[in-house]
Amino acid sequence: MVGYRHHQRKKTGDEMQKVGDFKLPHFFNYPPYFTLQPVRDTREKQVQLWKELILDYCRSQKIFIIGLDEDFPLFTNPVIERTLSHEAREVFLSALVSEGRAEWIDKGHKKCLILWLRIQDWADCILNFVKENGFEDGVMTVEEIRSGIESRGTELAGIDRTVLMRALRLLEQKGKATIFKGTSADDEGVKFSA
Amino acid sequence: MAGKWLPSVHLTGSGRPVFLPGEVESFLLSSVDLESEENPTLPPFKSGLLILTTHRFIWIDESNGYGVAIPLASVVHAFPPKKSIKSMFSSPRVRIQINGHGLGVGFGSTVMITLVLRGKNDPEAFFGRVWDAMRSRAWENEAEKPGPSDSKAGGGGGDALSSGIRMAGVSGILRKEQEMWESTDKSLQEAFQDLNALMSKAKEMVTLAEKMRQKLLSGPTQAAGPNDEEMGSKQEMQDWLLSVGIVSPVTKESAGALYHQQLARQLADFVKVPLERAGGMIALIDVYCLFNRARGTELISPEDLLQACALWEKFDVPVMLRKFDSGVMVIQNKAHSDEEVFARLKTLVLKPDALRKGISPSDAAMTLGIAPALAKEHLLTAESKGLLCRDISPEGFRFYINLFQDVDPNDIYTVKDHGLFSSWFSAITASG
Repeated sequence: MVGYRHHQRKKTGDEMQKVGDFKLPHFFNYPPYFTLQPVRDTREKQVQLWKELILDYCRSQKIFIIGLDEDFPLFTNPVIERTLSHEAREVFLSALVSEGRAEWIDKGHKKCLILWLRIQDWADCILNFVKENGFEDGVMTVEEIRSGIESRGTELAGIDRTVLMRALRLLEQKGKATIFKGTSADDEGVKFSA
Repeated sequence: MAGKWLPSVHLTGSGRPVFLPGEVESFLLSSVDLESEENPTLPPFKSGLLILTTHRFIWIDESNGYGVAIPLASVVHAFPPKKSIKSMFSSPRVRIQINGHGLGVGFGSTVMITLVLRGKNDPEAFFGRVWDAMRSRAWENEAEKPGPSDSKAGGGGGDALSSGIRMAGVSGILRKEQEMWESTDKSLQEAFQDLNALMSKAKEMVTLAEKMRQKLLSGPTQAAGPNDEEMGSKQEMQDWLLSVGIVSPVTKESAGALYHQQLARQLADFVKVPLERAGGMIALIDVYCLFNRARGTELISPEDLLQACALWEKFDVPVMLRKFDSGVMVIQNKAHSDEEVFARLKTLVLKPDALRKGISPSDAAMTLGIAPALAKEHLLTAESKGLLCRDISPEGFRFYINLFQDVDPNDIYTVKDHGLFSSWFSAITASG
């Protein structure tokens, strides 16, 4: 029996559906996952599973903004031919917003900023980065943090500019960084003081 | 049994009397006592429901579920309620003189029985109906006729009713007396006669409806229908109709304030058979159609039906009204349990095919043997209990076993080795 179970698990691992290099959970092929469930307990569980999946996916793919009316790979499953309704998309993203894991960018709820790390977590992440690379009391441009050699392979690579600025401002409030404003956005600089 | 000095009548499960062939109710009174004035040793029948029919006085004790009857055939004379100063302060009394031999309980040649009308009702109107019933002698018509279908061949039921007045013997003299009494208000009498004509016609209409029903039943067997399934359901419908003809419909006119109570009891008796066939639950709208078709004439309104069903709570009947969240109303056996339905739905939804594709209301309807609309209500109830969940797509509205509770949100990728989720997963992977 043990051998059989082991075999089965291996097999399921092989067949796991993917979007790009992202492995999808098995319930992605469960049709009711794509219909907004009306019963409260069931809906709560469904919303929870969607929140986990959206955060996991965005983090692995470094996606910061989801447009509700745009094609988003998670919202459609061509294998079972199911697509989330607009209402369902808004419900799942709103659930993230209410937990502080996302923010609506516009009043019309057309675009949503996904915070798979909260601003506070991003700020901690920047401080770690600064310490590891010995940038204490040094000066960096904002662009260097986003796409410099040092940030390659870290969580900070490719970070959304708005998210980065908010994390930096949080550090500034705490007296751990100073932002220098240049004439254009490109030459904004940061001085860290650890 | 010593107390029951009158012949008892058979009652249905919900407390309605079982009528004789051709017997029709004509008046109902609540809170009526039956007493024997001459023989006070006979215990009186206290505070029961009195039903005057074309054939009998039926007295029913609703709380204890028994009843007695006095055949009109044995009534020699009926005395109207007295009008005097004294009677203004006591309950009206109608006295009837009965041929004791007709009762067959060892009475003398004649017995006086007093009906004490304690309820708020119209004794004059009641007495009028008693006279009408005695005069039309419907029990004799029944005895002469071999069967109801021969009434047309007999040369008009209406004539037979009016010619039933015979002018011989003591009863003939009494009837003459009664005619004199009636002539005191001629215009009123004419009005009554119109009503009588209408009532005798109503009976003909019932006979006609019965005939048509029989024709309908024999029709489809000869004609080859294009759609076998439709034919089947038609025949089933006629089966139902045939099995549940209602001979004496409770009407607003006959029952007055008691109308809905009596209707509720009659309805409870009526729904037994269709309810059994429908598997313990039947849509209210279906009952409405079946019930009115069984009545033939004296149709009831949807509002009456609803009120009658609402009264079931007060009676000890085996059926109940149920309203689904969607607003759909059904009648169901009290013994009917949702758990049983859920268990069957669960078995259905766990079949490998259903795990992959879900089930539609019509799939459930076929398994449960009920109407798709009702099946959908069951599915929605099961959904609200968390057993099922829905899938809406261009292919339609389908239900799946609820797997949401079976996934650990902290580990969304692992399939547990047992449980619902793993059976679903083996089903979808087995299909390739």
